[in-house]
Amino acid sequence: MTLTLAHYLTLGAILFALAMVGIFLNRKNLIVLLMAIELMLLAVNLNFVAFSHFLGDMHGQVFVFFILTVAAAESAIGLAILMLLFRAKSSINVDELNSLKG
Amino acid sequence: MDVKTAFFYVFAFIMLFAAFRVITARNPVHAVLFLMLAFSQAAGIWLLLKAEFLAITLVLVYLGAVMVLFLFVVMMLDIHIDSLRQGFWRHFPLALAVGAVISLEMAVVLFGGFRTGEAPMVPETVTNAAGQVVQYSNTKALGSLLYTKYLYPLEIAAVILLVAMVTAIALTLRERKDSKKINPADQVRARASDRLTIVKLAPTQAPVPAEPAPAAATEEVKK
Repeated sequence: MTLTLAHYLTLGAILFALAMVGIFLNRKNLIVLLMAIELMLLAVNLNFVAFSHFLGDMHGQVFVFFILTVAAAESAIGLAILMLLFRAKSSINVDELNSLKG
Repeated sequence: MDVKTAFFYVFAFIMLFAAFRVITARNPVHAVLFLMLAFSQAAGIWLLLKAEFLAITLVLVYLGAVMVLFLFVVMMLDIHIDSLRQGFWRHFPLALAVGAVISLEMAVVLFGGFRTGEAPMVPETVTNAAGQVVQYSNTKALGSLLYTKYLYPLEIAAVILLVAMVTAIALTLRERKDSKKINPADQVRARASDRLTIVKLAPTQAPVPAEPAPAAATEEVKK
């Protein structure tokens, strides 16, 4: 029994679905929401690498490289904003972020 | 079942378990640690896919930098967990339904649309410019693509990282209130009139009770 593309795609799909469930479960905890988004990006990257391997095309791996770059920038800025939020409100509960509500 | 398949199942099982614990862990520190475990298993799976450079980048950049950043932030925040866990299981049926729908959709799209051959198409050896047959190197192939075809995107990625660094510092930098910092430009621009005020007083003035020194007003007034 050898590994096929379907194995990797199934794994990516399950991982993405788990991260989606995580977003629904932890709707109040901002930091776990950020972690679930990181998991989703990982699932997408896994699909890219699997396709790149099985189709013999290096461009998929180049794309994963850029996704990693942007994801690192995103999480750095996201955590900085989280720190600001915690300083202002002493809480990271999503339900309390209603200052912009009219 | 060969060794590669066995390794795939080991990595996949540990990764899915770690991902499950990330979304259900009570303590956010445990969630970050399980996220690190999930990323390390993903690096193992990428090694099975012969993407060595990206696997090592994932370990260095993600486990070494981003996850440690997460860990620092989680430990700096004083989070009241119980209020964040309210209604955790209330959304569980909805979450399960959405997760099942997403997996089904992905299964239909991915399995219906992409049928490739069984064998991967990465070559074992390649011919270099001098005509010699050399071992295929993933890092070399990625690098030659990045620095020729994707040169401008690479520079844009570098600028994005720079902007992210400046932004993160600018957002979180704050001045301490008890700092005795002075601004040299303000010092140089100071005139005598900023520091000293001469008040002209009438020669005779009714003495004010409980004010011990009316003459003090003629002295220099420090700002």
